[in-house]
Amino acid sequence: MPQASTQVPEGYVKAFFRPRSLSDAKYTYCPGCHHGIVGRLIAEAIDELGIQDRTVGIAPVGCAVFLYQFYRVDFVQAAHGRACAVATGIKRANPELVVFSYQGDGDLAAIGTAETVHAANRGENITVIFVNNQVYGMTGGEMAPTTLPGQRTTTTPEGRDVRLTGYPLRISEMLAQLDGPAYITRQSVHDVRHIQMARRAILKAFRNQLEGKGFSLVEIVAACPTNLKLPPPQANRWVAENALKYFPLGDLKVKGG
Amino acid sequence: MTRMLLRGNEAIAEAAIRSGLKCYFCYPITPQGELVEYMARELPKRGGVFLQAESEVAAINMVYGAAAAGVRTMTSSSSPGISLKQEGISYLAGARLPAVIVNMMRGGPGLGNIAPAQGDYFQATKGGGHGDYHLIVLAPSTVPEAAQLVMLAFELSDRYRVPAMILADGMLGQMMEPVELPPPVDPKGIPQRPWAVTGAKGRPPNVILSFDLEPQRLKEMNLVLQETYREIERNEVRWEEMATDDAQILIVAYGTMGRIAKTVVRRARKEGIRAGLLRPITLWPFPYEPIRRLSERVPTVLTVELSAGQMWEDVRLAVEGRAKTPFYGELGGVVPTPKEILSEVKRHATG
Ligand SMILES: Cc1ncc(C[n+]2csc(CCOP(=O)(O)OP(=O)(O)O)c2C)c(N)n1
Repeated sequence: MPQASTQVPEGYVKAFFRPRSLSDAKYTYCPGCHHGIVGRLIAEAIDELGIQDRTVGIAPVGCAVFLYQFYRVDFVQAAHGRACAVATGIKRANPELVVFSYQGDGDLAAIGTAETVHAANRGENITVIFVNNQVYGMTGGEMAPTTLPGQRTTTTPEGRDVRLTGYPLRISEMLAQLDGPAYITRQSVHDVRHIQMARRAILKAFRNQLEGKGFSLVEIVAACPTNLKLPPPQANRWVAENALKYFPLGDLKVKGG
Repeated sequence: MTRMLLRGNEAIAEAAIRSGLKCYFCYPITPQGELVEYMARELPKRGGVFLQAESEVAAINMVYGAAAAGVRTMTSSSSPGISLKQEGISYLAGARLPAVIVNMMRGGPGLGNIAPAQGDYFQATKGGGHGDYHLIVLAPSTVPEAAQLVMLAFELSDRYRVPAMILADGMLGQMMEPVELPPPVDPKGIPQRPWAVTGAKGRPPNVILSFDLEPQRLKEMNLVLQETYREIERNEVRWEEMATDDAQILIVAYGTMGRIAKTVVRRARKEGIRAGLLRPITLWPFPYEPIRRLSERVPTVLTVELSAGQMWEDVRLAVEGRAKTPFYGELGGVVPTPKEILSEVKRHATG
């Protein structure tokens, strides 16, 4: 197999670098999965703020369970849904640390709803990156609290019937009602323009913590091409045409702003 | 040394603070309310963090976070709340994080009641959560001993990187006794935690995990735990004996029942029955060996518990048929009087 050359050919300048805080480990995600893009944006924010040596990440239970392998920062792997409580424990024990949790929609908005709501309500000075891919990716594509009405999953084989299983949970809107959080925003990474916007949001969510502003959460409406059974370009389009209807993008709460 | 008059719950809190407790997380439940309140009042004044969580599930996971960050941390609750903490306790054990958990047992199962009971022995000593793990389980029978065992719990938990539990009951929590407390530990004396997440400055990143998808490696992780448990079994078994030298009947009882059993032994002796007592202080590791030794010469080993016979199983494992092993227990928060236990002793000593 020919290897891609890492040598820069004559007359070219290398403009795209691997963020310093990303490790050399290969992603364990499926092709086209948005977890990978979000992971990189976080590393870029850590690099830009120069906080690699005082950041602690919390890996969830879900497709991102191996998150700790991808970064050159300290990490704690939490029980399913408990990341916000674990983050609280770390941050309270050592407020000098920059603490972020990374969670899927099953983790954050189903089994971990209580931990999420109360960390937000306390205005816990942490950063939460919430990847909403509308399914339980890791366990094989079951219904998530965020699954769209009519969407087929392995546990809604005829499509999600809202009469039986309710509606997609818009937890960011719920959290935005609270007095505690500093910043709640919903972004996506399905095209370059949105990736740039998500990058700025993630940077702000980390900067808020450095400035002591309190709980900041960036929701990313993401695609799971494997479980959508779509090639990555179509999965991106699916996000734009379907998921964003239920999960409109934009800032939901900016304290004092 | 400071002499203080304290309830069991307060003595546990004060001893924890003096042990260098940095972060305490709780969710209120009777009968350990005074512990929570004491912490709320005292810990922030003395440089620690008090946080009332939204549930026991959250509280134990906050403990997990604080322990990962490398500080001395604790949570306390009573039976139903301890059930909720089991997931987090299993994670603490798997990730080898030191922490102290206090269970002021009450009547169960379900919501039960708030009276003293010992129905959580199985849960505390045999796992409680999922997976092959043990907690170090310490069972105080007086208020001063509660304070002493809290300090020991922090020490052992740090030394072995195994979570430790104080298993007491509502009666001890409420009881007031004078306590001699040593001065607060010197923070420099608390073991270093090079594995903690403190920011990867000048060292490779630290990672706190309780999983490995590769079976062979998870087996290795488990073997490390098992080796640690064997070491604890070799070094840390603690128990108290009273009047066992010439005993014709041996009572085995722990915690509050161990205390009441002392009165029973004295009364029995007055009536000419040579009763003795073995009171386990560590419920895990359990004092199998001293009980085995005594069962070689004492014909009857009577287990007395505020349960349907949970520790009884361990006593029988220790005795292995060498002596008769009757059981006397009360349920639902009913506490037997010394007189009631004495009549059991008489029945078995003479029968
Ligand atoms: C207590 C508990 N319940 C269930 C599971 C099984 N489980 C693992 S990942 C997961 C769902 C993850 O979905 P999500 O949070 O949406 O993340 P994704 O995998 O889609 O990124 C579940 C249910 C578990 N590990 N622990």
